[in-house]
Amino acid sequence: MGRKVAVVGIGHSKFGIRNDVNIAELAWESIKQAFESANLEAKDVEYVSVSNVGGWSGEPLPAVVVSEYAGLTGKPLYRVEAACASGSSAVYNAYNAVSSGQVDIAMAVGVEKMNESPTPTVVEFIGRAGNYFWEFENFGLTFPGYYALYATAYMSKYGATEEDLCQVAIKNHYYASFNPKAQFQRKIDLPTCMNSRYIAWPLKLFDASPITDGSAAVILASEEVAKKITDSPVWIHSVGAASGSANLSKRNDFTGLEAASIAAKMAYKKAGLENENTAKYFDVAEVHDCFTIAEIMAYEDLGFVKRGEGYKLVKEGQTYIGGLIPVNLSGGLKAKGHPIGATGVSMVAELSKQLLNKADKGRQATIKNGRAIAHNVGGTGHYAYVTILGLDKPKD
Amino acid sequence: MPKSQKEEAIEFLKQMESFANTMKSSVGLPMIVDPKTNVAIWYDQRELTLKFMISVEKTRKFFESLSEGKLLATKCVKTGEILFPPQVDCPSSLDSEVEWVELPKDGELTTYTIITTKPFSFSHYNDYTVGIAKLSNGVQVLAWVRETDPKKLRIGMKVKLEIVKREPEGYLTYEFVPV
Repeated sequence: MGRKVAVVGIGHSKFGIRNDVNIAELAWESIKQAFESANLEAKDVEYVSVSNVGGWSGEPLPAVVVSEYAGLTGKPLYRVEAACASGSSAVYNAYNAVSSGQVDIAMAVGVEKMNESPTPTVVEFIGRAGNYFWEFENFGLTFPGYYALYATAYMSKYGATEEDLCQVAIKNHYYASFNPKAQFQRKIDLPTCMNSRYIAWPLKLFDASPITDGSAAVILASEEVAKKITDSPVWIHSVGAASGSANLSKRNDFTGLEAASIAAKMAYKKAGLENENTAKYFDVAEVHDCFTIAEIMAYEDLGFVKRGEGYKLVKEGQTYIGGLIPVNLSGGLKAKGHPIGATGVSMVAELSKQLLNKADKGRQATIKNGRAIAHNVGGTGHYAYVTILGLDKPKD
Repeated sequence: MPKSQKEEAIEFLKQMESFANTMKSSVGLPMIVDPKTNVAIWYDQRELTLKFMISVEKTRKFFESLSEGKLLATKCVKTGEILFPPQVDCPSSLDSEVEWVELPKDGELTTYTIITTKPFSFSHYNDYTVGIAKLSNGVQVLAWVRETDPKKLRIGMKVKLEIVKREPEGYLTYEFVPV
């Protein structure tokens, strides 16, 4: 299993349209906070993993640009990409470097600057994320379109409605209203969501996460080093990772993401947990709600509830604070924003804050189990990462 | 007539460019101050057109057969597995022994969506439906479905694959037609 690894520092930029900063300045906002919270400096870091998808932004080698700006030049450096799960892949990459004993202190930085290109160009780039030649070139799918294929199938099979989907947006906007780092710090009501225009039927504008600029950073350390740095480490209990077919036509089912299911089972197994009725293990979850339907499928892929019952969970308010399991108290991708490469790192930073009772007023979960779970999906179930964090040191 | 999404996008870029040109002639820099946020943005002076040259040599037969009205897939000789999109290597038997087989045209709709907000390079089309259908031999194909009224679409409905000429580009491709 390797060595134990703890999160010892976190940083998070304001998410939104951030044309007040360039990509390196944006990444620095998070890197600086991570250094400060860990009481470390650039010289202490032995390994740097930068997640960025890019295409829409100017720098083709974002890792070196960010690294130079942050005084990290000279360190072993990687740019990692797993579409919208790039952030989790950067955390996993850094985790492996520490866990394997290669280094004692590693940093994962996620950054994305999507607003350097006009919206239709961004829509084009994300739409190409699948099998470009066979599914985009002729048929022009968009990212909402891919998830709409799942929404249509899910709603048809289980009887969920567009109103049910909107409940996810309402909840996540509600919590984003308490998050100063969120892109949309405002609550919405059902008519606002229901009356928004279709972007890819049956999904509407308010079912979708926005185009976002943002960054997040975490510093990971080995047990021995973590002890010296902090009294309140957050341990990475396990990471599960899996992938799905590039072509959507090769999928057997459109009511759940198989890759996410496999990643979840792997994470549960490594952490010594059962993989059914799993909500009871966690105080809080951050799940990949790039679209409202994605959050509903996440409840099921993570085993919080049985297949077909995910939409009931949000309909009954069970994923608010006080319910079965609070989900996306950051506002989620939906309202906090979804800077593609930063999202997974943001989830780990957010859950570390939650576990340490450091979240903003109005969106702090009650911490009893001392355990939290992050679910981060790349593309349309093309990549999936499930990361379990905890206050207790993982068992040997 | 309302502007197409492509016209809107091009107009937006032209507007940005004209702002930048004004700034170049006044302060000598392509620096635009965003009226919403009051921050300065450099309007990139370099431009790149992306146009890829993608090899279809190994799957040439698939494309050439479209003009004969046929949609082909490959079949791994050793395992019998039918591959679509066609591929000429069989990872499960670690060989390249494939034969070309014609796909049946009839199928049932597995799922679908109607795209209204389009990618830049598709923004000249009217709204279009993308669906995945399972053909009678079990192979799934993703393509446009010739129906954009959600009331007339449902999962499980019978569809037929047709080889069509995609306009305005004028090239052969395939789409589903409700039966």
